[in-house]
Amino acid sequence: MLFTSYEFLFFVLITCVLYYIIPKKWQWMLLLLASYVFYFLAGASFLPYIFVTTVSTYLVARKITSLQQSTSLYVKEHKEELSREEKKEYKAKAKKKQWHWLLFCLLFNLGILAVVKYTNFAISNVNAVLTVFGSKTTLSFVDLVLPLGISFYTFQSMGYIIDVYRGKYEAEKNPLRFALFVSFFPQLVQGPISRFDDLAQSLYKEHAFEFAKISLGLQRVLWGYFKKMVIADRMLIAVNELIQNPDQYKGAYVFAGMLFYALELYADFTGGIDITIGIAEILGIRVTENFHRPYFSKNIKEYWNRWHMTMGSWFTDYIFYPISVCQPMLKFSRFSRAHFGEFIGKRMPVYLSSFVVWFTTGIWHGASWNFIVWGLGNFVVIMISQELEPLYRRFHEKFPKAEGAFAFKVFRVVRTILLMSSLRMFDCYRNVPLTFRMFGSMFTTWNWKVIFDGSMLKLGLDAKDYIILFAGMLLMLTVSLIQRSGSVRGKIRTLSVPVRTILWYGLFLVVLLFGAYGVGYDASQFIYNQF
Amino acid sequence: MGKKKKILTALVITVVVIGSLWLLQRLLVPKYMTGIVEGAMIAEYYEEEKDHDVIFIGDCEVYENFIPAVLWEEYGIHSFIRGSAQQLIWQSYYLLEETLKYETPEVVVFNILSMKYNTPQKEAYNRMTIDGMKWSASKIGSIKASMTKDEQFLDYVFPILRYHTRITELNRDDFKYLFHRDKVTFNGYYMRVDVKPAEDVPTGRPLADYTFGETAYEYLDKITAICKEKGVQLVLIKAPSLYPYWYDEWEVQMEEYAKKHNLVYINFLELIEECGLDFSTDTYDAGLHLNLSGAQKASKWFGKFLVENCGLTSRRGDEKLEVLWKDKLAAYEAEIKRQTEAVSKE
Repeated sequence: MLFTSYEFLFFVLITCVLYYIIPKKWQWMLLLLASYVFYFLAGASFLPYIFVTTVSTYLVARKITSLQQSTSLYVKEHKEELSREEKKEYKAKAKKKQWHWLLFCLLFNLGILAVVKYTNFAISNVNAVLTVFGSKTTLSFVDLVLPLGISFYTFQSMGYIIDVYRGKYEAEKNPLRFALFVSFFPQLVQGPISRFDDLAQSLYKEHAFEFAKISLGLQRVLWGYFKKMVIADRMLIAVNELIQNPDQYKGAYVFAGMLFYALELYADFTGGIDITIGIAEILGIRVTENFHRPYFSKNIKEYWNRWHMTMGSWFTDYIFYPISVCQPMLKFSRFSRAHFGEFIGKRMPVYLSSFVVWFTTGIWHGASWNFIVWGLGNFVVIMISQELEPLYRRFHEKFPKAEGAFAFKVFRVVRTILLMSSLRMFDCYRNVPLTFRMFGSMFTTWNWKVIFDGSMLKLGLDAKDYIILFAGMLLMLTVSLIQRSGSVRGKIRTLSVPVRTILWYGLFLVVLLFGAYGVGYDASQFIYNQF
Repeated sequence: MGKKKKILTALVITVVVIGSLWLLQRLLVPKYMTGIVEGAMIAEYYEEEKDHDVIFIGDCEVYENFIPAVLWEEYGIHSFIRGSAQQLIWQSYYLLEETLKYETPEVVVFNILSMKYNTPQKEAYNRMTIDGMKWSASKIGSIKASMTKDEQFLDYVFPILRYHTRITELNRDDFKYLFHRDKVTFNGYYMRVDVKPAEDVPTGRPLADYTFGETAYEYLDKITAICKEKGVQLVLIKAPSLYPYWYDEWEVQMEEYAKKHNLVYINFLELIEECGLDFSTDTYDAGLHLNLSGAQKASKWFGKFLVENCGLTSRRGDEKLEVLWKDKLAAYEAEIKRQTEAVSKE
């Protein structure tokens, strides 16, 4: 059931109506039922996977909490009898038990993710190696179901169990409530990757019907549909034409395709998240924001703090920090400093941890070398940028006015967009060598006249489509600029009823009339659904 | 804001929103007044006096090959054609079902070319047939039976969802025909006076299977059953169109079906000489459809057949019908004149 299908709109409508007419204490149960119905409609064969992850995470989390409680209780009860060392030893023993349970849960669930998502990728690599060594035997690919949103709900569940292990909060007692946290349908397919302590309270709370909140939610949903259906799905037509025919479209076409894809991805993903957050708002539930105007970032590092923020913070909290402070890494740090000197030694652990994070980020996005290289590309750019930091500092000391200059701000934004768009080319083309070739063609095939000679009108979009896209982009840019001084919806709320009605109804008409949907348009999945 | 004012504001907003959406929808739906006019045919029936002797049901092979005006002039038969482009057999059935709710004619004539289709075909043709129907159980049935895999029922309920892309291609017709339509047919007959002789009519490619599909038979059975139930005589015809090719194997199946159900079946392809048809002058598109001259000949023959074999009597002299047909014939003659002059100028 696509977010852009009539069935989904009908499903949400029915869910919302029932949500506010049933007794409030049953609201969360309705959401659980709706979430499982939603998932069942997406594919009945997906259900066992989410069920197994839910049950295993719930049980292990309960076990860890119970171990934590019994340890505290034992230490409390034997406070007088035990020496400091004995207490420490007892706690360490208990912690080790918890660690074993945590490890089991992580390996089990990440194992499921690895098997369903990466088995064929591993087989293709083994086959490639076998071919290199002259073997004529190759392994057959396996036909495995890839459950919708598995990367998202697995990461959300694993974040939960790690937090329970760290004692951030106790494990949820009610298995059904926990099942809702894992499966909450608006965010099931493309995130955000919520934290239990952020989402749970508003998820289980009783919510009264509040017209103002519901209308704010609807406005957010509408804005999401605008981005997805008017911009992303229209842009998709040209992007597909360009990337599916690399032999035909080189040079300037690649540059255009690169920017088109950057726009499409932004409108698609942020649009999807707007719909998710908007639906949650209609239900009275607060879902974490996932974007903070990323294309306004000064550099790539900042960009990653503002793009898919819940994923970024997940990798930071659950991979980067644990790796950075683990015993082997600390040993490695000491070793590096001793053998390579202070300059290299202090960098090695950071580089290694960052490398692991970006490798994982890449492979999380998709089982292919394209995504791995994309992740590592980000790593390289961020590291270079970090190393050049002193140079930037010197530049700003010499030209102190540059920092505040409008032209310099624009330069940095354009630089970020171009860098990120270049890296995103790995999403588009079939394989890594082709991506490099197409990137190179921007500098070797000199055909820039195609941008202006009408060739761009042969990519499946006509002049009217480009006008709609341009106007849509301007609107998105304007909204982003206004957002810098506060919520746009909040500002619109201060206007008179007729004016704000005209504004929202106008946006509705734009989606209705200019949306790329219906016969003639292929129903398009959100790009992030596949991750 | 007071409660009364709030209610009033909500009411005004609701009315304005619904009203503007309704207006937009009217603006965006294709008008079919110039160029491709086939989409405007089905709706014309509702403006008619529903007291016909004969109702023709079928695809282009009926609405381009038979002329109700000739049947009236020559035999006093009051008839109407409910046909549209590539009208599939289930669409014909639901149109017949709907028609029989309005009136009970003496004879229903069904052209059996659509037996060759067993599954939904093209969305564009579906829309041309179904959009013109008034909402009823028959329309819903027709939509459900006709939808291709890309179509959605909701797009029929709210055509704005289907035609929203026309916002960038609106033309003068869309504004001119916002609230009314001109007639594009003469009691369902679509007139063409020009000539394009049939020269190299292709023979049919061999088929893997010549048996008509189950669904096609199912709806033919339904057509037969509903006519029997309403006491209407059903006449099956294969119109005198040389193409699409009509296979002998199909002919055998139709003859057997007619015999089994005790129905009259006329294959006009076997009556070309008897009707006096000459495909060097009587077709406007090389044998696919008859032009005015050819349709007049076919209609004259068929009118005689209906009178002699189906017990139809002339209704000339019926005051109400005479008045009605006076205007219709005037319009029919005027169109012949207009088209003839236009053709002679080319």
